Amino acid sequence: MAPVDVSPGEVMVAQAAREIQDGERVFVGMRLPLIAFVVAKRTHAPNAVGLFELGIVRDQPARELLYTMGDPPNVAGAVWCARTIDLMGLLQRGDVDAGFIGGAEIDRHGNLNTTVIGEDRTHPSVQLPGSGGGADIASLAHRLIVIMAHDRRRLRERVDFITSPGYGDGPGWRDRVGFPRGGPAVLITTLGVFRFVGGEAVLRSYHTHSSVADIREQTGWELRVADDVHQTEPPSADVLAIVREYDPEGFWTRRGE
Amino acid sequence: MSIALGCSLEPAIPFAFVHELIRQRRRELELIGPISDIAFDMLIGAGCVRRVTAAWIGNVSAGLAHCYRRAMEHGVPNRIEVRDHTNFTLAQALLAGALGAPYLPTRTIIGSDIARANPTFVPSTSPFDGTPLLLVPAITPDLTVLAVQRADGDGNAHLWGPWGVAQEAALAAGAVVILADQVVARDVIASDPNRTIVPGTKVVAVVEAPGACHPSPLQGRYARDHEFFHEYHRATRTAEGFAGWLADWVDGTPDHAAYLARLGERWPALRLTGTPAAEARF
Repeated sequence: MAPVDVSPGEVMVAQAAREIQDGERVFVGMRLPLIAFVVAKRTHAPNAVGLFELGIVRDQPARELLYTMGDPPNVAGAVWCARTIDLMGLLQRGDVDAGFIGGAEIDRHGNLNTTVIGEDRTHPSVQLPGSGGGADIASLAHRLIVIMAHDRRRLRERVDFITSPGYGDGPGWRDRVGFPRGGPAVLITTLGVFRFVGGEAVLRSYHTHSSVADIREQTGWELRVADDVHQTEPPSADVLAIVREYDPEGFWTRRGE
Repeated sequence: MSIALGCSLEPAIPFAFVHELIRQRRRELELIGPISDIAFDMLIGAGCVRRVTAAWIGNVSAGLAHCYRRAMEHGVPNRIEVRDHTNFTLAQALLAGALGAPYLPTRTIIGSDIARANPTFVPSTSPFDGTPLLLVPAITPDLTVLAVQRADGDGNAHLWGPWGVAQEAALAAGAVVILADQVVARDVIASDPNRTIVPGTKVVAVVEAPGACHPSPLQGRYARDHEFFHEYHRATRTAEGFAGWLADWVDGTPDHAAYLARLGERWPALRLTGTPAAEARF
């Protein structure tokens, strides 16, 4: 029996944690993935290692909730504290199994925009913050895990600017442009979970508070649905306890993304 | 003038220097930095900036950067030029500068619109194996400003915690200014030379500036003032709100000591004692 009163953020964290395999080296990023790393470490992936692009490698999660990856608790107890170029070098060499990123907009091929809304980069209708390390993770990690809020304005047929490349215009594109590897494996939204098949997002599950019809309504491209589409496995009581112990105020898990 | 700052990414941002640039009404600055958590936003809002070369401009725990948005969307207070980077390409550009190399090749963002939007990047192929590459030209800031825990009077500076792109930015720069939480004797620095981020030979000025990074954190010294970032986010939604924030916190404080005094009880509450590292005998 699933616990009641579970936020979309908590469902996303639980799903994101399942994407981390034991022993993997993972670019963790911020917000919900940070909590997913904590959950994975304390459940099925005790040997996962977390990498942070400002220069931190951890084999244990930070003891306190992090608001940014540069908070002092993320350095205390780290096994390596180095430079951005060192961590990015690991990524470019192919030493990073998976990475998490979010975005303002995504298309069916997993291309993400975090730069600008509007056609003209120099005269945006909405100026977004930019790539940070997101485009690097999307370019160079073996596997990309995308987490974002779900609505029609965000899941679009075409994004205005490809900040973090997914599969470009479809299968074969990453090879053509010369990426050595990678591409989105999964898109976890506030409503459901998509897997990428042939370079295209296919709906695999809908969260308990959602449905295939809701997701079709809130998706800006013609939805492809897997034959075995099902309900997303809700977080177990144990997982929820870990999430709520780590983020007791729900700063990241209850901000509606 | 081009200035690199915020080079450790989210921590150790020299806000005391940023505030002083605003108080002195510096103009036409070219800012260089990866993340800069609200530091670039306030310089843009104050009209100090002509160009930004950055990977990300926003408010890390709160969201979008309102002054950056106003400048880009409405030209308020002035239009600025943006050179989009990623954290990796910016690190490579500064490393090239530090090495005295004209550029470094990369495999990141070769299929991204960033590679086209930033006119300084050059698509290429490897002469060794024919694989596609992007050439990232060197960046050599006129000035790099680092905040550190301690430095001696010659500028030999110890920084612990994440280094981000700080070392490359310092070595690539024409000159370095150090804001030290504490100025210490040379022997303290020389007892642990592996912790030195930049040698004094690059440094033109050392300023003893306790608390220089508030509201960002400095490892082992003070925590991040999360709520201050969130207050800034709420206060700066409008240009008028930003003007009021600036009048309160920057123009309303003659120097950084007055700024810290204005924080009242909130500043000592952020103090950290940290934990000591194991001894390393040299």
